[in-house]
Amino acid sequence: MKLTLALAQINTKLGDVESNLEKHLALAREAAQGGAGLIVFPELSLTGYVLQDIAATVAHRPTADDPLFRHLLQVSKNLDMVVGFVEEDSRYRYYISAAYLSAGQVVHLHRKVYLPTYGIFDEKRYFAAGNCFRAFDTRFGRVGMLICEDFWHVSSPYTLWLDGADLFLMTSASPGRGITDEILGSAQWVQDINRAYSGLFTSFFVHANRVGFEDGLNFFGGSTVFDPDGRMIAQSPYNEEDLTLREIDLAQLRRTRTRLPLLRDERPEMVVSEMNRILGR
Amino acid sequence: MNIDLSINPSLVRGLLTRFIHTEITRTGLSRAVLGLSGGIDSALVAYLAADALGRENLLCVRMPYKTSSQDSLDHAMLVIQDLGVPYLDIPITEMADGLISKFPDMSAMRKGNIMARCRMITLYDQSEAFKGLVIGTGNKTEILLGYSTLYGDSAHALNPIGDLYKAQVRQLSREVGVPLPILDKAPSADLWAGQTDEQELGFTYEEADKLLYLLVDQRYSPEECVQAGFSRAFVETVIRRVRRNHFKRVMPPVAKITTRTVGYDFLYLRDWGT
Repeated sequence: MKLTLALAQINTKLGDVESNLEKHLALAREAAQGGAGLIVFPELSLTGYVLQDIAATVAHRPTADDPLFRHLLQVSKNLDMVVGFVEEDSRYRYYISAAYLSAGQVVHLHRKVYLPTYGIFDEKRYFAAGNCFRAFDTRFGRVGMLICEDFWHVSSPYTLWLDGADLFLMTSASPGRGITDEILGSAQWVQDINRAYSGLFTSFFVHANRVGFEDGLNFFGGSTVFDPDGRMIAQSPYNEEDLTLREIDLAQLRRTRTRLPLLRDERPEMVVSEMNRILGR
Repeated sequence: MNIDLSINPSLVRGLLTRFIHTEITRTGLSRAVLGLSGGIDSALVAYLAADALGRENLLCVRMPYKTSSQDSLDHAMLVIQDLGVPYLDIPITEMADGLISKFPDMSAMRKGNIMARCRMITLYDQSEAFKGLVIGTGNKTEILLGYSTLYGDSAHALNPIGDLYKAQVRQLSREVGVPLPILDKAPSADLWAGQTDEQELGFTYEEADKLLYLLVDQRYSPEECVQAGFSRAFVETVIRRVRRNHFKRVMPPVAKITTRTVGYDFLYLRDWGT
């Protein structure tokens, strides 16, 4: 099966959900016209990233009667979508979440598990953490979603891999730093791990990053698609808004894994027994 | 000791140009005001800002005091002419002397601070007149050492070069085409004839850059800096300066007495809503 992916590498208005929603709807229309089956927006694409005290005031619940999701779910009847937003639960905890929408339904919700609270990051001050990584079925096969810091922990994609994910959707709002090399140090890092993961997990790795500034922080874009052979098959420009369309051939999974059966030879039972030993159980 | 402060100048140029453009235009404005001293820092910012905003949208202001050197004025004019930007000459002598003349024994430090603050008043007045934001020109070395006047040259709406050490300012200045006489001369606040920053600080920017890079960027302990070859006295002097001048880098503390207080638990970026 072939799938045309759309990477929606956008800038956002900080705390202006209506304006960001309009951009989502416009890009979704453009992606659908270009033949896309799935459009992936970055982390917190509907709100902006450094929310601080804005967080609670821009939170939504992904339901059919929510004024924000009503529009997005409508669009998802024609085009699968991954959007980033602040999710409020029924007890007023706020999460950095990514929703996979398809056929007018919320197919899956991932709440960011690893909330960086160091250096330039202060997420735990404002947000509750998710507590699971779950792969889920879509019309394009089994998918796993991770949000930014989630994929700096190798156990996150590993868990999703063993849970059946073949298509990994990574979203981020990654601030650039490191000015000595050809590209930003942080851009190189993200690219390197996406390449490593796609090769090691013999899977498709899609990374949607945002662009723009929030005060002095710059988000560098450079969104990518890596194939199961670890090859970069698409890259959006650095620093500019862009809608990048790329067709992927899901049959590549069979070809790569027949040549390189890393998944077949993986030994999760041994991992579990060793983990139990390490954790003293 | 091999401490590498090299940058990729074209990468940094792109980043800072976009920063200036974005952070000014998102406020609804499109113009900037810049005090041009004739030194390398403000010259670099002029080139970046002219590129980011279009030369007609950058107002450069020369603000000499009667003791300012002719070289400073000439070097600032080299930048103005090379860029073709609009400029104003607003001498601050009368304004500064209004206060200085009341205190015949005034120290050089007090006079220097008054000059820096007169320039700030002038730039903020032009900010309103020209409808442009004041761009700051302090580099990372100066900011960390606290080599600035609070509410003087430290006052501005945004600072594109505050995360570049002096040595990195030099690299980027070569990239953007800052004129050679400015690249080659000794850094000076030009408060009196023949003054240089390095004389006043008691050490060179080259030494300070390297030590600060280890302490701040690389998180070396003071002891590790000594082991890396810096003299203990120099390490202690620099650390003391950084700590004693921290007040220049933060907003003044508000006494917290209610449940929600600006600066402590009322937290928003400046770019809130844009």
